[in-house]
Amino acid sequence: MDLNSKLASHLQTIPRSGIRDFFELVIGRDDVISLGVGEPDFVTPWPIREAAMRSLDRGETSYTSNLGLLSLREKISEYVETFFHVPYRGSDEVLITVGVSEALDLALRALVNPGDEVVYHEPCYVSYSPSIVMSHGVAVAVATKKEDGFSLKPEALAAVITSRTKIVMLNFPTNPTGAVASREDLEGIARLCIEHDLIVISDEIYSELRYDEEEHLSIAALPGMRERTILLHGFSKAFAMTGFRLGYACAPTVLIEAMMKIHQYGILCAPITSQAAALEALTGGEDLYLSMKESYHQRRDFLVGRFNEMGIDCHCPGGAFYVFPDISKFGLSSKDFAMGLLESEQVAAVPGDAFGESGEGFLRCCYATGMDDLKSAMDSIERYIGTL
Amino acid sequence: MNDLLNLLRRDARRSAGELAAQLSLNEADVEAQIAEWEKDGTIRGYQAMIDPALEEGDDVTAFIEVRMTPERGGGFDRVARRIAHFDQVTSCYLSSGGFDLLVVVKGRDLLSVAAFVSEKLSTIEGVISTATHFRLKSYKENGFLFGDDGDVERLPVSP
Repeated sequence: MDLNSKLASHLQTIPRSGIRDFFELVIGRDDVISLGVGEPDFVTPWPIREAAMRSLDRGETSYTSNLGLLSLREKISEYVETFFHVPYRGSDEVLITVGVSEALDLALRALVNPGDEVVYHEPCYVSYSPSIVMSHGVAVAVATKKEDGFSLKPEALAAVITSRTKIVMLNFPTNPTGAVASREDLEGIARLCIEHDLIVISDEIYSELRYDEEEHLSIAALPGMRERTILLHGFSKAFAMTGFRLGYACAPTVLIEAMMKIHQYGILCAPITSQAAALEALTGGEDLYLSMKESYHQRRDFLVGRFNEMGIDCHCPGGAFYVFPDISKFGLSSKDFAMGLLESEQVAAVPGDAFGESGEGFLRCCYATGMDDLKSAMDSIERYIGTL
Repeated sequence: MNDLLNLLRRDARRSAGELAAQLSLNEADVEAQIAEWEKDGTIRGYQAMIDPALEEGDDVTAFIEVRMTPERGGGFDRVARRIAHFDQVTSCYLSSGGFDLLVVVKGRDLLSVAAFVSEKLSTIEGVISTATHFRLKSYKENGFLFGDDGDVERLPVSP
């Protein structure tokens, strides 16, 4: 029986993940320093872990409401209003999900009709294009440029909007570039979205991890945008809670209701232990992640400094925990550069094209890794480029 | 400059170059600042954090609560300093509550600590009483956890 022919045809159009290919080369090797991870190197702060244990001690092992614990949703509503300056009702405008990944999938599936165009900026997180295709939408990538700090320029967005465009997906700070969008860019994007009556799905998972003076600005906070934005956030990055798998969506009731319809049949609810942990994370707030943030900041400065010193052009990212150096001048593809680095120096960094075509010529280096490893990795990269 | 002190507190062995790179400072400035702190006594010294369970030999540590009579004029200071000067005393704190001084004493064995308490400490004029508690196990010292399971494995490559 040809099982391949039984697979859904839209699924067959999705290529294998470049990250997965690279992962298979590295897995099982313990001699490798990896700059290839997409999660904090810190363990979840103790008070959060302790709260999860306490919840288990109390015997909290049941389902929660489909939307998630009301106490957590109310806390999220408070946090989002303070941090993003956008008010959402905990009762019916917040949905707790299994990570931002689920929330993103729900948002797309709730909105996309076959053939609808969904615009996203590239290089981007690996799931964006596949998630659009899996919801039967048409993925439209807009390449961002190093010269623009990998921000999405309104002109570039305007150029791809058609009568079939329905959604714009944003992710600032960005994985893999660490890009942040200026107020001016966001205002330009917002104007276009209002003019063309588009919905915005804004993945702001890295929003606490901003290293410059400027405060994080959510597009949902701009005039006229709250009503057309699905704001996605979660606990994985700032609170180092990746394994808890907990995210949330904030949006007007109609959208949350629609997303919940899918969530309730597919997932039922996010795990209660993770929800208890998240409640503690928001109760502790900034104090729980400030020291981690400080470390990321120092490491970013170290990495950007070293790359530029060795003659590799590296834009200084405003957020997240990635740098995205330009390695195009060595005349190798991102993949060949990364493979060579892995083979000759046992340092793993993800080829930029794993994050979309426009990532070609770049390398994603994650600095959520201890300073000693970062230092040796930088020495290795310097040695490696000396041989090219 | 508090950032620099915090980094040193966590790991004093980083070179001035690394510290400077981490804090986006000039290497020479970092060196000068550390030298200044060493000179003015802000930095008193550098130590290794050793897990006592893995250390060879079996030194004993005691936490001794000392009650004292304050002196007219000097309060507890003169007697406290006198106690702190003994080599056996590794830490010494004036404290509020049911006793006045918390003294941490390290000795070769139980007998040597007992001898220190009975012969040296309790005979000092001004010391009213002592209560000695021996350390059984260390879980954490100066921010370093002992006896943990070590690093948790992460996937080497993830999106």
